[in-house]
Amino acid sequence: MAWTGNVLRVNLTNGSIKSEPLNKQWARDYLGQRGLATKYLVEEVDPAVDALSPENKLIMVTGPLTGTMASTGGRYSVVTKSPLTGAVACSNSGGYIGAELKMAGWDMVIFEGRSEKPVYLHIENEDARLLPADEIWGKSVWEADGILHRRHQDPDMRISCVGRAAEAGNLYAAIVNDLHRAAGRSGVGTVMASKHLKAVAVRGSRGVGNIKDPMRFMQATEAGKKVLADNAVTGGGLPQYGTQVLMNVINEMGAMPTRNMREVQFESAHRISGEAMHEPRESDGKPNLTTNAACFACTIACGRISTIDQGHYTVKNKPEYWHASGGLEYEAAWALGSDTGVDDIDALTYGMFLCNEDGIDPISFGATVAAAMELYELGAITKDDTGGLVLTFGSAEALTTCAELTARGEGFGKELGLGSKRLCEKYGHPDLSMTVKGQEFPAYDPRGIQGMGLAYATSNRGACHLRGYTVSSEVLGIPEKTDPLVTEGKPELVKAFQDATAAVDSSGLCVFTTFAWTLDDIAPQIDAACEGEWSSEYLLQVGERIWNLERDFNLRAGLTGKDDTLPKRLRKDAANVGPAQGMVNDVEAMMPRYYAIRGWTEDGRITDETRQRLGL
Amino acid sequence: MAMALKLEPEKCTGCLQCEMACSYENEGVFNPAKSRIKVFSFHEEGKFAPYTCTQCEEAWCMHACPVEAIVVDMATGSKNVLEDVCVGCKVCTIACPFGTVNYEPDSGKVIKCDLCGGDPWCAKACPTGAITYVDEADTTYERMRAWAQQAPSAPARFNPPKPKEVQVFER
Repeated sequence: MAWTGNVLRVNLTNGSIKSEPLNKQWARDYLGQRGLATKYLVEEVDPAVDALSPENKLIMVTGPLTGTMASTGGRYSVVTKSPLTGAVACSNSGGYIGAELKMAGWDMVIFEGRSEKPVYLHIENEDARLLPADEIWGKSVWEADGILHRRHQDPDMRISCVGRAAEAGNLYAAIVNDLHRAAGRSGVGTVMASKHLKAVAVRGSRGVGNIKDPMRFMQATEAGKKVLADNAVTGGGLPQYGTQVLMNVINEMGAMPTRNMREVQFESAHRISGEAMHEPRESDGKPNLTTNAACFACTIACGRISTIDQGHYTVKNKPEYWHASGGLEYEAAWALGSDTGVDDIDALTYGMFLCNEDGIDPISFGATVAAAMELYELGAITKDDTGGLVLTFGSAEALTTCAELTARGEGFGKELGLGSKRLCEKYGHPDLSMTVKGQEFPAYDPRGIQGMGLAYATSNRGACHLRGYTVSSEVLGIPEKTDPLVTEGKPELVKAFQDATAAVDSSGLCVFTTFAWTLDDIAPQIDAACEGEWSSEYLLQVGERIWNLERDFNLRAGLTGKDDTLPKRLRKDAANVGPAQGMVNDVEAMMPRYYAIRGWTEDGRITDETRQRLGL
Repeated sequence: MAMALKLEPEKCTGCLQCEMACSYENEGVFNPAKSRIKVFSFHEEGKFAPYTCTQCEEAWCMHACPVEAIVVDMATGSKNVLEDVCVGCKVCTIACPFGTVNYEPDSGKVIKCDLCGGDPWCAKACPTGAITYVDEADTTYERMRAWAQQAPSAPARFNPPKPKEVQVFER
């Protein structure tokens, strides 16, 4: 129950579309969404395959609470092997399409093979068809979205789509849904485009009704909503400032990676912060932020809907960008802003629009531009390489031109589309790539937040803040405060966050609820909805099982314990200012203890005892 | 006291909790496609607007119905569809100037808001107060008050209205 019990299997090579029953035992072991789809991937795909070959599969998957009244119950994930990292990719998105897929009667869609010609999948409840995508191939996400809505004469249809960047082979291409939400990281969009699948358009009117104990479910979700509303972060900071509430906080504690992580504080953070988005601008008296917005079922509503100043150089003669759309979240503001040294909020918002319009991950993109700027400063990249573009830190024009080129997969944008690791290797300075397992860092400098260093180094999808957000504890004191500058106790903290997050990511709920909710708030909601018993303890065990399953995939894909590390800069070059001044991240000190409590060998392999204990 | 749904689009975030509450109360499933209230998104304007039946006093739908399947609930004043009587002719959906009576293909009948018998679930589910259930004579009271307060003659000791309260006209 709560699951629909139906899996849609789409073979793009021969065009066959089949419905099959969900593996109920796997649902019991892995819950849904991230965990469940990873299980399918592990069972069906050789981890050693080329991520962009037809042998890789791409799974769009919902959780048991997706499409219900549980707050934030609208999430879906895309699971595949990543072309950026070679590891498992699992990118999570909100918006509305996850719930729509569930309402149409599907827990997940598995895409196999590769279509000869570009196609899109149209789902209307049990009716699913592959249709020619000639008219939308080569178009941006925004343009394709409009064309599909007009073609199907259905304003309520929800669409996930890849843009021109993915088609051009950009390795961190996202799958954008509902125009401004994205399964953003690890190049899941690149895999989708490699299969010549341009879009998935869904309309579901069957609803989600098979709740195990409806009365108890309504009570549990109601109680959960009250906790979110009463919490200062989920009930105050997030709706008002979005994730951008963090910009000034993180900057002050000296954990704001700046100019390709050379520095840890950005002198102009206040100019690109959540607060700045509320400031009326001189030209028209309107603030950057138009309104906040919720994803499906979300009672937090952290989403930012923004406009760009119509007189700004980026859009002056381009009325097509004068409308409101998804604006700056913290990660985007950081990657496009402080990591490149750019403090022009309109330029950053324009960059964000382009990332959404053509589906690229703003974190990986911004961090790659930052690496390119440092290479340019060193003379390793010259104007001959960039096509005349002057890549200096702090140049808004450089950033927005890079965004235009990368989004469309043109010129130097093709090189930026390789990501920071390949770019820095190509130009002879691999140490300047701020990545783990080939994926770019997010917006928390691990020299000032020690636990995050371990979380990044061991993340199963490369550098990522959402795999174990110890910032909650180390910065915000949730659920309890730990000292961000010490390493003691961090292995335990990181493991606990990683396991709990894996469970939340498998439920259909948003991880942002965990600013207020613990598993004790979440378990009753899952338990009331889903067959079987779901306690906090069992969810943690499910989370640990998922973590090890992902790890196992990565090890079989060829990664080893040696990949669980950070770039030299973060281990050797001390923070230059702020509370963490003089500190590096001591990831080596934390790793042995982490491996031990994970039940892994000293070189990071999963022991047989651990496999047995978790039923792997 | 007769009550009415008060809709304040400027407070709506587009979460669709109202649609799920409505469909769950009326159909037993979470299904926006079967909700009697609908949230419209105007993405490029950054605007959301919940919309449902306003329970017209002289209801076009009721007068148009050839089989008298739409009746007044004397307790709440809502105009309710008698499902047993409705023949699914859809004349009411044509008669309603606001489009808030809708044909539901699965049942072959029409559906519209019935105020949940006086305890509307949409209002209870709305996390931002964009949908409230208030005295029907006072649905615009606060908006009037906000504008009145802005008038130049208002004594300076009054606080200016919060911007959100007047934005409904600005957008």
